[in-house]
This record gives sequence, C-alpha cells and structure tokens, in this order.
Amino acid sequence: MTRKLDLDPVLVARARELAARAGAPVVELARSHTTVSVERAVLRLAGVQGADPDGIPWVNRLVDAVAADVGLGHGVAVPVFDALAREQLVDVTLLAQKAAAGSVRFEVPAGRAATAARRGARRAVAAGVRRVDRRRAERERLVRRFGDPPQRPWIYLIVATGDIYEDIPQAQAAARAGADAIAVIRSTGQSLLDYVPEGATREGFAGTYATQENFRLMRAALDESSRELGRYVRLTNYASGLCMPEMAALAGLERLDMMLNDSMYGILFRDINPIRTFVDQRFSRQVHARAGIIINTGEDNYLTTADAVDEAHTVTVSQLLNEYFAHEAGLADWQLGLGHAFEINPDVPESLRLELAHALLARELFPDAPLKWMPPTKHMTGDVFRGNLLDGFFNLVGALTGQGILLVGMMTEAVVTPWLSDRDIALQNVRYVLGAAGGLREDFVPASGGFIQQRAHQVLRSAVELLERVGEQSLLTAIGEGTFGIMKRPADRGRGLDGVARHEGDYYNPAVQILEGAGS
Amino acid sequence: MTVVPEKQVVRPYGDTTGDGMVQVSFTLPLPHDKRAEGAAIQLAGKMGIDPAMLVHARPMGDGFTFFVVYGRVNHLVDTSAVQVVERDFPLLSAKEVNAVVKRQLRRKLSVVGACIGTDAHTVGIDAILNVKGIAGEKGLEYYRELRVSNLGAQVSVPDLVAAARAERADAVLVSQVVTQRDAHLHNTREMSAAVREAWPAGKRPLLIVGGPRFDEAMTAELGVDRIFARGTTPGEVASYLVHALITSRKAATV
Repeated sequence: MTRKLDLDPVLVARARELAARAGAPVVELARSHTTVSVERAVLRLAGVQGADPDGIPWVNRLVDAVAADVGLGHGVAVPVFDALAREQLVDVTLLAQKAAAGSVRFEVPAGRAATAARRGARRAVAAGVRRVDRRRAERERLVRRFGDPPQRPWIYLIVATGDIYEDIPQAQAAARAGADAIAVIRSTGQSLLDYVPEGATREGFAGTYATQENFRLMRAALDESSRELGRYVRLTNYASGLCMPEMAALAGLERLDMMLNDSMYGILFRDINPIRTFVDQRFSRQVHARAGIIINTGEDNYLTTADAVDEAHTVTVSQLLNEYFAHEAGLADWQLGLGHAFEINPDVPESLRLELAHALLARELFPDAPLKWMPPTKHMTGDVFRGNLLDGFFNLVGALTGQGILLVGMMTEAVVTPWLSDRDIALQNVRYVLGAAGGLREDFVPASGGFIQQRAHQVLRSAVELLERVGEQSLLTAIGEGTFGIMKRPADRGRGLDGVARHEGDYYNPAVQILEGAGS
Repeated sequence: MTVVPEKQVVRPYGDTTGDGMVQVSFTLPLPHDKRAEGAAIQLAGKMGIDPAMLVHARPMGDGFTFFVVYGRVNHLVDTSAVQVVERDFPLLSAKEVNAVVKRQLRRKLSVVGACIGTDAHTVGIDAILNVKGIAGEKGLEYYRELRVSNLGAQVSVPDLVAAARAERADAVLVSQVVTQRDAHLHNTREMSAAVREAWPAGKRPLLIVGGPRFDEAMTAELGVDRIFARGTTPGEVASYLVHALITSRKAATV
C-alpha cells in the first residue's frame, strides 16, 4: 500500500531492533525451559487421548507421574517411550492408565535404551504433526473450493452460550447472516485451569469450555455452513492461559483457523507466571506456524484498563514484541492478527481523528499482517442508540485503514449477551459501512504534516522511548516493575510457576525438533 | 416564592404532555408475514399500547422477525407509590475508590482473598480480584491503591490467617461455590472463628464472603461483616471496602 503517514523508516527500523533486543533474552529463557503444559502437548501430539473417571486427562496423569519419578527437566518423551518399551505396550494412553495406578516406574535411560526411546517418541509425535499437516492441507483445499470472504476486513462474530449444542445453531445462523469467522468464547476461568476438560460440554460460565470434542463438533458444523454458503467460514478459539501449548496442539489437530494468542496477556491480566507464559507461548506459536493458524493478539486489553490516548504507544510496543516473538517462532506475516481497538473516550475532542491515526499507524507498521480491529467496549454505556453510532464510526475507521479482521461491535455491549436482534442490527451496521465506504480507503490520504500524521509520529516516538527504557533493563524486569499496564508481575511469582523446569543436558522434545526442522 | 407541587401521576412523554407515547422493539419467533405483524400488534396491545403503530418489521435468520412499535400506553405511573431499595453504601468508580484510600487511609488498603476448604472453583474470587474482572468491570487488582493478594483455591483456614497476618490485611475475601452438605456455611464459620481467635477484638480484618448460594442476610449467623451473592461486581466490593473501612469509620469518630 502507499505510505500515508510518512513514517521515518529509520525510526521504524529502530523500533523493531529495540523490540528484538527486549525479546531476545526471553526467547533464550523459553529455549532453556519446559513446562508441564508443553510436555502434555507433546503427549497429545503423540496420540494420548481421554481422561480418567474423575475427568483428569491422561496426559496430566502421565506428566505428573514422570515428573514425580525423574522430574520434568529431561522432557517426558524419553522416559515415557522407555517405559512403553519396558512394559511392552504400544498404546501410550494405556501406559498412562497403568502409571496412574502406580504400576509403572519411570527412568531416564542411557545408551541404546535412550536412543530407542528417542526414536519411538519421535515416530509417535511425527504422526501427530503429520495429522496437523493434513488438516492444514485440508483447509487450503476447502478455501480453494468454497472461497475466501469477498471482502476485507473479515467479519468476526462471537458466540457464547456455555452449551456447545446451543453454540452450533447460533454459529451457523451468524455465518448465514454474514460472519466470516466465528469465535467461541471460553468459560470464565478456563484460562486458570491447568488441564483441558474432555468431551462435549453443556455448562460453562459466560462461555463454553474449549475441549477437543467441542472443537471437532463446531468445525464440522461450520464446514456444513461453508458448503451451504459457498465461502469458507473460519473458527476461532483461545490458546491462552495455563494450557496454551495444548490448546494450540488441539487446534492444529481439529483444524481451527484462528487462535487468540498473546505474548503478555496471561501475565498481566491473569497473573500467570511470566516464565511459564513465555515458554508456553513459544511452543504454541511454533504449532500455530506449522498448522497455518492465524494468531490474534490481545492489545485491545491494554486500552480497556488504561487511557486509550495516553497509553496508545503501549499498544504499538506490544504489537512489536508480539511480532518479534511470532517471527522467531516461525509465524509468517499473514498469520499475525495483531490487535488494537477503538477505545478512545468519545467525549475527547477529535477522538475519531485520533482513532484514525492509531489505526493507520498499525496498518503502516505491519503492512502484511491481517490486523485484528476490536470494537468499543469501555465507553459503551447502555445507551444503545449512541452505541450503535459509535460502532458505525468504528466500522468506518476499519474500512478507511484497511483492517484485516473486524470484530463486530454490539450496541448492547455491557448490557446483555447479544440477542439475535442485536447481532442482526450490528451486522447491518457493518454491511452499510462496508457497502457505502468500502473503497474510501483509496481516497483517504491524511494531509501531509497534518493532525493525523503528527499524532501517528508522536505515538511511534513514545513507543520507541518505552522500548528503550525496557531494553535498558530486560523485558522480565520491566514486567516485574509494572511497565505494561499498572500490574507488577515479578518473574518469581504468579500462577503455574511450579510447572516450569529448566532443561537438563539431555532434554529431548521431539515436537520442537520437528517444528524447528531439525533432523533426528 | 411559589412551590411547584411534585407531580404524583405521570404518563410517558412523546412530544406533548400526557400523550403517553412509547417506543419498544422486540423479536418474535415467526417468519415475516402479515400474520407476524398482526401478532406484534397483539403483543403491543397486551402491553397496554393502544393504538399501536408497527413502524418497522424485518426478517432475521430462519423464522424470526424483529419489530419496532410506537404507540400510546394507557398506564399511569404514581410516583408516590414508587419504592426504591437503596444500597447502604455509595457506589464509587475506581478513581473515586483510589482517591478516598489515598487521601484518607494514606497507605495501600490490603486485601487477601481465597477459596477455602476443598473448593477448587476460583471463578468467583478471580472475577472479583483478577485485573480481567467480570462484566466489563476490572477486578480489584486494577485499583492502584489496593494491594491484592489472591491465594487461589483450596487454601486452608490456618494458611489464610497466616497470609492475612503477613499482608496486614484490612479485609479478607473468601469465595465459596461448592455447597454440598452445606460446606460453604461450615467453611465460612470455621474461617470467621479462626480470625476472631487470631486478632484482638476490634483489630481483626473485615470479613467478606461471596458465592452464588449465600443468603445475604446471614452475616450475623456466619460471623462475617458482609455477604455478596450472585451477580456482584468488583466495583461493588471495592465501594463496600471503602465504605466499611474508611468512610463510615471516619464518620463515626468525627
């Protein structure tokens, strides 16, 4: 696209360089540690399925059993496949059951036994990765057959009944009404569960549990809708919280298309331990890269807690960090749904011009990323008429600045979970704006040196300054000291820390090897 | 000076006093046709709108129609018969809560929260404490002037008391979701007894419990200061903390 903001290319390059400087030590940390959830994801790729009668997944039972015997630092792959050979079993799930009953002891084998265990583990995990590859090829085939949405931005709608069997007809109705991507909101608190629930679920709190079976059911239903509508309808869920790596693996196995996956959200908003988050994040992004999944990052959240004008640069900083971590994990630009939001107080003078400046800045900094454009929530008051107007302006900014994915704003935000009629009115709003002004982007060229250009330059400068401050310490220290948002999150605190282990010298993770393209 | 008497009986106002005009919108699970429009008018009539003008009807999805109706309601409202349940503390914004704590307490207000007993459902305590919050409201961690320590699930009462001591808690928040064999009531009584044992009278932290199955009137019986039921938001809890720990105490000593 043509450059409309006249950004200083030296400053842009400097911003990226600083993001890399801040992120590199974190990547090093992620490369030298593992977590219970990374190891469980490896076992899921190796084919372990199901749960014990109490609903605790076998992958949890197995990882806990290995950790109790030999610790986590060697990785579970070798001890598990060594035990499998010693017990003369072929099915890892069966081994998990025996281990849970206490009849298997795990060891770290040496010599020939170690080589054999590595080979066995790699073979099993490779089969899982091949399944992910087949699902990606299947998506590409279906997109060719049914076609992509005729317009950008893609229209993204949420369903959240708590009951997967209610979600399905709602999702199908939303697709018929024009949604290009359906997101199934998770049950409140799922991000803090250290296991993935099993099976089809019918009761969640303000959302539906993310489970492999729920993924499968919803994807099958949307395949039906895609056929009916002649356009591939994408499915979105969340790779966040304590089970981020497993969610990514399940999404890859069940052909989900987009996953919410932010580098810092869990740390700041859920008090999940920073190291746990960064280790889990790197693995989950490697899986997303392989699976052809588009990630959606969560920068909109900063603006719901902080002022959208004063803190606009924190969004840019987070986008740059998310981009750095994503590239490092192997994601391509087309897979980066970097987030931002229309959250400026409408009573602020020139609020629309400020929104345009911020949105265009993101567009020009990340020209090849399908940016995720989030609707107003903070200043939706219950006045549904004003809310509908605000959503119209949000849609207009989305059209004018070429956003990739537009989450449809509801005029009843903060009033009720959307009614059928709310969704219909919201979609009419989107269709009207895209129909009336979809091409206006071509004519929208901010005046040289004018308000919008100046504001964008100012935000970029503040972002660079913040990144310089972060670089002087380290990202972990910056997070510990509350640089992002107002939350101080030290690296030795937070949930899930007890599930983190430093790699031993013989750490082996066949999934990472395969995803990084290394030979056996 | 003339005193304008307060109107006792009023009707909705469209553009003329007493015209009784209202506007409503609703959806009926009927495909859009003449019958559906007639059904909408019938519903409006039963709502007391007469005459009802159907100004907009739009089919939505399979078998649903959205209607907008304008019309005159025949109901009167008697303002002298209006009953309002007043909250016994003012609802403050996060900014106001922070300002009161900063100005009047002059230190951070310390809050310790947990799910006690075997209850592993942290949904409630996290909704109130996590920055993420609930229903669009940020949790107590978001408040600059509150120092929040969320101990998580399955915390024993002695551990909770120890943490409350270490954090010099001004308030202890306990969430209880599981109600099997009245576990929520037993656990709460155990907690309030332990706190009373551990602190001298008048020095103990404020005790607050919350959960979907509590009866808000049982405070005395459970030995706590406040019970919050289903649907409570972080803003209400923060406002109560400020009221109970700062503003009402100040008022009492002035």
